[in-house]
Amino acid sequence: MEHQLTLSVSPHFSGKRTTQTIMLDVLIALLPAAVASALIFGFRSLLVIGVCVAVSMLSEFLFEKLCKRENTVLDLSAAVTGVLLAFNLPVGIPLWQAALGSVVAIVVVKQLFGGIGQNFANPAVVARIMMMTAFAGTMTNWMYVGASKGPDAVSSATPLMAAAPGKTAVMPSYLDLLLGNHAGCLGETCAAALLAGGVYLLARGIITWHTPVAFLATVALMSLLCGKDALYQLLSGGLLLGAIFMATDYATTPPTKWGKVIFGVGCGLITVLIRFWGNLPEGVSFSILLMNILTPYITKLTRNRPLIGGAKKK
Amino acid sequence: MKLHGIKVPHKKNTADMAPIRMAIPPRVKIPMSMHIGKPAKVIVKKGDKVQVGQLIGEADGFVSSNIHASVSGTVEKVEDMTSSMGMKIPCVVIASDGEQSVHESVKPPEITDFESFVKAVKLSGVVGLGGAGFPSFVKLSVKDLSKVESVVINAAECEPYITSDTRTMMDKTDYIKKGIGALKQYMGLHHFIIGIENNKPDAVVKMKAMADEDPEIDVRVLPSIYPQGGEKVLVFNTVGRIIPKGGLPLDVGVIVINVTTLAFIGEFLESGMPLIEKCVTVDGSAVKEPKNVIAPIGTSIEDLITAAGGFKSDPVKVLYGGPMMGLTVPSLQEPVLKNTNAIIAMDAKEARPLKTTACIGCGACMSHCPFRLDPREISRAYQLDRPEELEKLCVDLCMECGCCSYVCPANRPLVQTNKLAKGKLRQYVMAKKQQEEKGAK
Repeated sequence: MEHQLTLSVSPHFSGKRTTQTIMLDVLIALLPAAVASALIFGFRSLLVIGVCVAVSMLSEFLFEKLCKRENTVLDLSAAVTGVLLAFNLPVGIPLWQAALGSVVAIVVVKQLFGGIGQNFANPAVVARIMMMTAFAGTMTNWMYVGASKGPDAVSSATPLMAAAPGKTAVMPSYLDLLLGNHAGCLGETCAAALLAGGVYLLARGIITWHTPVAFLATVALMSLLCGKDALYQLLSGGLLLGAIFMATDYATTPPTKWGKVIFGVGCGLITVLIRFWGNLPEGVSFSILLMNILTPYITKLTRNRPLIGGAKKK
Repeated sequence: MKLHGIKVPHKKNTADMAPIRMAIPPRVKIPMSMHIGKPAKVIVKKGDKVQVGQLIGEADGFVSSNIHASVSGTVEKVEDMTSSMGMKIPCVVIASDGEQSVHESVKPPEITDFESFVKAVKLSGVVGLGGAGFPSFVKLSVKDLSKVESVVINAAECEPYITSDTRTMMDKTDYIKKGIGALKQYMGLHHFIIGIENNKPDAVVKMKAMADEDPEIDVRVLPSIYPQGGEKVLVFNTVGRIIPKGGLPLDVGVIVINVTTLAFIGEFLESGMPLIEKCVTVDGSAVKEPKNVIAPIGTSIEDLITAAGGFKSDPVKVLYGGPMMGLTVPSLQEPVLKNTNAIIAMDAKEARPLKTTACIGCGACMSHCPFRLDPREISRAYQLDRPEELEKLCVDLCMECGCCSYVCPANRPLVQTNKLAKGKLRQYVMAKKQQEEKGAK
């Protein structure tokens, strides 16, 4: 019997990891922080996350349909963008604004540049910056239930605002920072949940330690040098969220080891500059965006040298 | 420094199975090119009676190899076949008479010195049995033996499924010892390193027992990180030197020889029987009873698999060699070659094509390449038709081990592109050379 045999180039085995499984791992890593946000800010945080994810995936689907591109909505990268954007919003954000931000992230930042892997800037970061500019009021209306000692949420200061010079607001304790019991964007407050997600990503080999460690170490070091409370700086604001989940995005950060270190150090420096001397209380988003722009150059500088050898002993 | 690599599933299902000897097939088809170099010249014609071990193809030029009849019988025809590399190769088809009468030329070689040793190895028709198929006598014809510090015996067998080298170590330990003895006696070599992956504990025990009796043999148990058995990788992991680009192991004072090749040389010195049969691992998801089979060279894959117990499901992809670097065969009528160490038959599920998606820039290809190449940049330079960039990216270092394609989450055809890029670079370098020669005139 003659068999019809397939001819193909080696290798004939392939690893199990696909873009979809990677994105699924990222979503799993984001889960603790999502749960924490619901516990801290109430049910509405889940609503915001849901709207962002749904609109992100829908706009990816529709835009690709419109452009007759292959549909990539099932690779879950749009869902990751949705969750990350939601994590960067205050819980009280009007849902239409959250939806608009998601459309900007997916259509303007990601799809217009060619879709997954082709965008030069992190979609969630750019969408957040756009929203901070467009919806300055609602984007800085930090509602926090715990502050009122009652059932109603009231506006309160974020830890970084509280720490800014000349402010009189009560600074939260380290424990509150770790658990997330303070005002802030809905996914950024619970340091413990974010760290758990980071450990998961490291264990699964989705990210390497280089960027987060370089980023956090730079912020810590600079805080010490500037006479600030380093631990407080590390645990507050969007630093952990940014360092673990957004500065490690594949497409928009360098793929090389040293490139990742430089990227992290650069992010740390810009963050500190904005936090300590800038007009804004927080600078993680801007630092990541600025370093995204430098990424091609960093990659070029730190490219691996092929092992061409020489007769030398090593 | 550490060379990168990947963890692949071992699937060494047949490691504990001593090989069975298959019945002599009704006919064998022996191509004149089962080695790197010029094809051998056919010296028999249709109707000739041949016997086992009789020379039927004579080495043509320096880098070439002798080819012998693997069965006794009658030459049915001499025809051209298309090799897996797409070349037309003459091949001799012998109808077996089932007698397996041995030709008179088969007798232990008389060896007195280095020269007669190399000549004997040439006569035996042995080529690199690890898969490369480089004529062994050429490798052993070292001009200045004082430059050779160590012999690295490649027993890594890093491809999934394949266990034929494992079986050599288990079943032919004495011949390995003889082979080493010959290299000592006739080439004056005194440092032997056996590089072996730690997924073969039984073979490690055997080799260590051998090394215990001989202080000049050193067994290195290496982690099972593919491609541990790649020549450059193994040399680095055993003697710590990097073979320069475009160079040979000799450039760093090393000769690398596959363990089965060495055992064969040991056996040949005793019996005088040239390379006419191979122990082949028959495995894969479509194979009913995976096993190691000793088959005459030229046996069709179909006869081989039938002898092993046949298929359990329809084969969709059949490979010469392992799943990482193996070549797909177009038909089951293709013969077992000198350098065939495994035939892997995959069913529809194992061979299903994977969907290629967009590159997400994760850098996994780069961080797993043993030679630290950048397959993503190579793809870009290839697509933009920039050979000068390919030269800078050193694509010619690529040994096509397949790590990049294996780890790519987008299933991009990286090895395939590397192969094409290597071709493009070759053309470019040749054209540049011609231009320079013209300029010189």
